[in-house]
Amino acid sequence: SSQSEVEETLKRIQSHKGVIGTIVVNAEGIPIRTTLDNSTTVQYAGLLHQLTMKARSTVRDIDPQNDLTFLRIRSKKHEIMVAPGKFALLLSLLFFVIYLLNPDI
Amino acid sequence: MSDKPNKKNTPGKDATKRRKSATSTTSSQKSFKGKTKTTAAKKEDTPTTPTGSATESGPPEDIFPLVLTSKTQELFQCRADEDLTQDNLHKIIKKEEILNDMKMRAAVSDFYPVKQMVMNYPGEELLLVFDRDFKYGQSFYLVGTEDTKERILHPPEPSEEEGVEEEDLLEPFLYKTPEPKPWESLGSSLEIEEESVKDSRCKHRYKISRKRREFGAPVKFTDRNASVVRDGYIECTPYPDKSFSVTKMEMDTGIQAVPQLQETSTQTKWKYPRNACTQYVPREFTDEEKENFMNSQSLKDFINSVALRFEIAVQQNEIMDAFFDDWKALGEDESTFGGKTDTHLKEYQSFTDLYYSKDKAVSCINWHPTIYGIIAVAVSERLSFEDRINLSAKLVLTPSLILIWSFSDPIHPQLLMECPDDICCFEFCPSDPNIIVGGCINGQVVLWDISAYAERLQSTRTGGAKHTPAAVNALPGFEDKNVKKTPIVRYCAVSSIEHGHKAPISDVQWLPDYYEISRQGIPLENKNGICVQIITCAPDCSVNFWDIRPPNVVTQAMTDRKKQEEKHLENPQGIPNTFKHLDLTWKPLIKVGLPRIETSGEYSAVKVSLKDILQEGRLRGITDKSRAAKLEKSDGGLDYGMLRVPSAKNLKTQEDISTTFFVGTEDGELVYSDFKLEKDSDSGKLTSSKPTRCFVIHDGLVTTVKRSPFFKDIVLTVGGWTFAIWKEGLMNGPILQSSASQKKCTVGHWSLSRPGVFFIGKEDGNIDIWDLLEKTHEPSQTQNISTGQITCIKPWIVSSKQHLLAVSDEFGTLHILEIPWTLRHPSSNEKLSVTNYFEREVKHLKYSEKRREFREQEKRDMDAEELRRLSEIVHEKTAEQLEEEVQQEFREYLKLEKCILSDMGLIKPAEDNPLPGV
Repeated sequence: SSQSEVEETLKRIQSHKGVIGTIVVNAEGIPIRTTLDNSTTVQYAGLLHQLTMKARSTVRDIDPQNDLTFLRIRSKKHEIMVAPGKFALLLSLLFFVIYLLNPDI
Repeated sequence: MSDKPNKKNTPGKDATKRRKSATSTTSSQKSFKGKTKTTAAKKEDTPTTPTGSATESGPPEDIFPLVLTSKTQELFQCRADEDLTQDNLHKIIKKEEILNDMKMRAAVSDFYPVKQMVMNYPGEELLLVFDRDFKYGQSFYLVGTEDTKERILHPPEPSEEEGVEEEDLLEPFLYKTPEPKPWESLGSSLEIEEESVKDSRCKHRYKISRKRREFGAPVKFTDRNASVVRDGYIECTPYPDKSFSVTKMEMDTGIQAVPQLQETSTQTKWKYPRNACTQYVPREFTDEEKENFMNSQSLKDFINSVALRFEIAVQQNEIMDAFFDDWKALGEDESTFGGKTDTHLKEYQSFTDLYYSKDKAVSCINWHPTIYGIIAVAVSERLSFEDRINLSAKLVLTPSLILIWSFSDPIHPQLLMECPDDICCFEFCPSDPNIIVGGCINGQVVLWDISAYAERLQSTRTGGAKHTPAAVNALPGFEDKNVKKTPIVRYCAVSSIEHGHKAPISDVQWLPDYYEISRQGIPLENKNGICVQIITCAPDCSVNFWDIRPPNVVTQAMTDRKKQEEKHLENPQGIPNTFKHLDLTWKPLIKVGLPRIETSGEYSAVKVSLKDILQEGRLRGITDKSRAAKLEKSDGGLDYGMLRVPSAKNLKTQEDISTTFFVGTEDGELVYSDFKLEKDSDSGKLTSSKPTRCFVIHDGLVTTVKRSPFFKDIVLTVGGWTFAIWKEGLMNGPILQSSASQKKCTVGHWSLSRPGVFFIGKEDGNIDIWDLLEKTHEPSQTQNISTGQITCIKPWIVSSKQHLLAVSDEFGTLHILEIPWTLRHPSSNEKLSVTNYFEREVKHLKYSEKRREFREQEKRDMDAEELRRLSEIVHEKTAEQLEEEVQQEFREYLKLEKCILSDMGLIKPAEDNPLPGV
């Protein structure tokens, strides 16, 4: 079934070394599926959604033929990766992966 | 005819004349009516409303106000208020009578003014109305028309007016459209005349024609220079005419009437900031919606398209760390090269007390876990056992002490802690630094509670060493002389003598606050969040676990507590009764024996090291603060009497805590054992299991068994003339073993900040600093601290910029050294390098082990083969075979000889006679 495929793909990404959590979010920033706890999910979804929209609009402002494919935010402790869905689709989905980079001793 | 209105109007023949005159008189009375009235009066015979507004003051035309004198009134029976009353206002008077009256009295008659009217009256009877209200100015009035008379006499039914006479006048006002009147010029026509445009002459008309043939003919245009030809153009050149200047004297403007414009201003409203808040809740999907989404095809496509990007990104991260600042890392390595002074331990401070620590050795040092600059030192006599017995009388008098020093005062110790006997080792409780446990030379475990003096210790931080509260409040002259003296704290609990150790306790440690041991030796969850258990070991071949909580016997606790309460007042020496429940009755929770593996007997433990033990200065903290709050007493500090040993069933078993431990023995062995008690199959009692391994390594007694603060399974042991590093789990041998040094190694300790560095103290007062990443065959540095033997080394991290090393010697001096930057700052990836080093060593060890085995195997094989071969050669040869062999040899020799001789040409080949017996 398509659901199991989706689950499998998500699980595959989640099982990578260093990945802390994944969140799937719809166009409005409401989380659909997550592996983190609720409050964290909601916070990340809300904040990152806005940032992604901003980044996408920036890219398209510079060149309307262009589109945002991937957004990576690196901080001291973590790295956040965001992949937006197709701009044309009504219900474009976002996908976040939160990934721990370089765990300190 | 006189105009006097008082005259009666006599009815006469000349009524018509009279009437006219009456009308004229009446018209003069009605002043403002004007001529129009006279002309209009005839028209207005019909009862009509009076022209003009209702506010007309004069009576209408057919009403003639009269004043009737009393005589006239009598004559006509119309006396006011008698004949004509309010109710009866009307009187019909015959025309003839009026006329007669007028004839008779002529001008005097009251009816005189209306003479004309009367004469003109068509009917025979006139109506006289008593105008009580003086409506028309007089007290009576005469009605001049029949119709009006009729109307007054018989008023129409719907009448709103009071009086009949008023009905006439108060009829509803009918709007009459204004009739156009001829326009009256008031002078504006002149202006209009001026403004209007009139033709001053008639308009000229011109008719221009051309022959039709010429229309549409081709035209040829040529240029012609207009200036060349005369009269080619006519020009009106402009010139400035100074005389001609017109100032505008008048200006036409249009003006429009507008409503009144008003401008006002007012002070603006002050908007003050106000606190407002918003509460919001994030939007979420229900589970069904989530299900829908998950099943949708679009999600599947999206995820499939996007997953690849993620994997690429994750792989990139794995390949390379983009955060790594190469430039900075390069710089760090460079700066380690410094002068010689930078690498030495600098003397920071040194403490010695002339009175208390004279001729004594320091047996143990401990830093105060929380307060900076406080260090505790245990001093003990430098006497052997024999001497102790001999001098026991003297020793009883001199008290054994633990001194607490503060950095601010190097001469006087801040606090003295009294001990029942010399203390070999002690430790601050990590969760409550006011509790100190110590192990005595007589085998007792001692507890102190210095909460009363905690403030004093704290205040020494700021440098006010002498600033005790009593001194501040005291008046001069009444000062307590004892205040300046260092206070002495007595121990508040000792263990029971029968049940404790039977040899001097050589090692004591607190168990961390996140687990506790049950009676079976199983680690359980510690719900209290504080350290409650202690482990001790002594050369009496046992390792004991102690619990500072009162034992779980209910009745005894009750009586104890009661005794406590009673005894509270009788506390002459001011001993805190924190551990009153333990005093003299304290028994160990578990006794772990150390039977030898192969032979009988036991190992005499000197030092113990658990895997899950707290390192210096690292406390997990109270996880359950509410629980701890319950235990707090009113005056601060924890009430240990309230703690209870919980039943083991209620607590969770901690799976990750290991129950194994290392023990260093007096004979230089390192024993690896497990403290979980097993049920002995024969007797059913719980006994301790046999140690799994024993390594004979050191040549003297093991003085240090210490785990690395960075690696939980790396252990450093120091004893005799060597030290060794072990990895727990590797049963073959030490990873690293030093060569025998010149002097005995007395003590060792890992560095707290660098994983590959440790300090070894020597017999001659030297400290060897070993750096595993630099050299492993000799120490990277040696520094001499004192002349006597080093008895204890304890490093401490004060701040990132200051690391201190406390070193004590056998002369009772405590040296505080500062660790230089090179020794305290780990190089980049040092932990990784050290880990790699250890792994290499482990591999090497394994390899060497394998090789050794192989070699042994090989040796065995070789031996076996050798043996076999030897056994083969042994069997005898028979005599005949021997003879034959000899013959064969001889024959071969003969052949050889012949060949040689024939080659040499000495023998003819034909001759073939053998030589006579050779």
